[in-house]
Amino acid sequence: MALKRDDMLQMYRKMLEIRRFEEGIADLYHKGEVPSSVHLYIGQEAVAVGICSNLRREDYVLTTHRGHAHNIAKGVSMRRLAAEILGKATGLCKGKGGSMRASSLSDGVVYSCPIVGSNIPIAAGVGLSINLRGTDQVVACFFGEGASNIGDFHEGINLAALWQLPVVYVCENNLYALSVSQSRSTLLEDMASRASAYGIPGVVVDGNDVLAIYEASKKAVENARREQGPTLIECKTYRWLGHHAGDPGQAYRTKEEVERWRKHCPIKRFKRLLLSRGDVEDELSAIEAEVEEAVKDAMDFALKSPYPDREELLKEVF
Amino acid sequence: MVRELSMIEALREALAEEMRRDPAVIIMGEDVGVLGGIYRLTQGLIEEFGPERVRDTPISEEGFVGAAIGAAVTGLRPVVEIMYADFLANCMNQIVNFAAKMRYCSGGQLQVPLVIRTMVGHGRGHGGDHSQVPITWFMNVPGLKLAAPATPHDAKGLLKTAVRDDSPAIFFEPHLLYRTRGPVPEGEYAIPFGRADIKCRGDDVTIVAVSAMVQRAVEAHEKLREEGIIAEVIDPLTLNPLDIDTIVDSVKKTNMLVTVEYSPKTGGVGAEIAALVIEKAFDYLDAPIIRVAAPDIPVPVSPPLGKMTVPSVGDIVEAVKNLIV
Repeated sequence: MALKRDDMLQMYRKMLEIRRFEEGIADLYHKGEVPSSVHLYIGQEAVAVGICSNLRREDYVLTTHRGHAHNIAKGVSMRRLAAEILGKATGLCKGKGGSMRASSLSDGVVYSCPIVGSNIPIAAGVGLSINLRGTDQVVACFFGEGASNIGDFHEGINLAALWQLPVVYVCENNLYALSVSQSRSTLLEDMASRASAYGIPGVVVDGNDVLAIYEASKKAVENARREQGPTLIECKTYRWLGHHAGDPGQAYRTKEEVERWRKHCPIKRFKRLLLSRGDVEDELSAIEAEVEEAVKDAMDFALKSPYPDREELLKEVF
Repeated sequence: MVRELSMIEALREALAEEMRRDPAVIIMGEDVGVLGGIYRLTQGLIEEFGPERVRDTPISEEGFVGAAIGAAVTGLRPVVEIMYADFLANCMNQIVNFAAKMRYCSGGQLQVPLVIRTMVGHGRGHGGDHSQVPITWFMNVPGLKLAAPATPHDAKGLLKTAVRDDSPAIFFEPHLLYRTRGPVPEGEYAIPFGRADIKCRGDDVTIVAVSAMVQRAVEAHEKLREEGIIAEVIDPLTLNPLDIDTIVDSVKKTNMLVTVEYSPKTGGVGAEIAALVIEKAFDYLDAPIIRVAAPDIPVPVSPPLGKMTVPSVGDIVEAVKNLIV
């Protein structure tokens, strides 16, 4: 089934929500309101939205330290996400997980795993549980190209492949793992080529083209739902900012490189495409205003929310 | 007459009963399926429950423990076998950073009903990385339940509790006692976590022994009795939760404490118990607390040297006599 106009407008809205949300969090971070480091997703919005637009509410997502976007794309409340990032009682995890662990099981976001690569075997296990429970859910597991160099990548994907589990592995290749570029981490050009080591399909897609990502992942999600095993999708994109909000991201890459990628903004690109396809200008403007308002509301909610009570400290260890 | 089973048979029975009771219970690990485990502990289970629920894995501890965590937070109750406890080091990240923390860090959204069964203290020439009793590695990690039974009866009852518990548990099985037989009732029973078992009653000295050292402490009790010293022997059964109250009550009566374990002495179970007893019953102690433990060395292969890393009955007897005389 091809995407309808409304679906595409919704995708635009989600991408914009992620961008504005991350800008709002960056602002709060620099004002000292965020207790942890935050790893922002700006520049990569097409990936989370392109993939999650193929998922149902009951499908699962496993994400990483850079996971605000996947929460938003999966339909998690921006208010409660922002509150979690600020360590507030109204947060998704009652403020105990923060930015790097923010998740919402009831929306299908199982957990954000802030140890690089660790979500890859965990996602395989979620797939195993789906198989043994006999549902047709799927799991999308997001990680960066840096994670493909750690052992968990190998062990996790090998298990998912061996047991033909319903997992879509999404490598968001933003070219940098911390400060180290892809070419200084591995000799490989395409992380997706690693799929052949496990006997599963590997797909390379333009990570700034939301529709291309949607199409590539549609097939992978359908295969997973039909018990045809996992796929590794590599989305080639770029991390506009530093590794975290406190890293200017300038010491290890050139201004020209950053500028070049900023010109390929996935949101502007999608907007141009939508405008070229029909008379949507007013609707896009309305969406932009609504998103602005919704993000402001989320940040206000988070700022005004109380911190957890002292009684919360020792609860839910077991 | 109560029938006698080995610990291997008792654990196998616990697994089979729990798998019959609850279809969410699955087994995963190296050699657990077709072979039935290197000690045949899971023998026959793949025939009864099939390869989906009794799942052989590749040699991939970090991978299949991670997978078990993912399965546990979304509806299954995996029982994973780590063949040698030493290999817990290979999946430390998944256990410590995820299994133990996901409930707390998700604000209570997730539960991780996962059991990791593992064999400790091989005791027979398998060397430094195949012989450890690494219980205390995990005592410093909030969020994990830790069980270390020493009899077939306790092993069965505690494993059933571990499988039914919604928290992650590591279940340490002593190789030295795998084949030792003991009474196991026919009927259904489970042993709660956090309640120590007093294996021998006595008024003269308290001996707290862990895992396979419980059996040696009981033998030491018999030897000491011949000399008129009546030791109370306590098996905590679980190290988290730890029933410190039973230990403290005993020390208040005997005024002396000896701990026995076969892990290295530094930072061991005995160190933690000694600290707690000092905090809670300092005024009742008539003598220093003595820790009988393995020396702080890797376990050597050579038989006479290897033997010296595991406290003997004689070592326990001597420790008590030094204290009392």
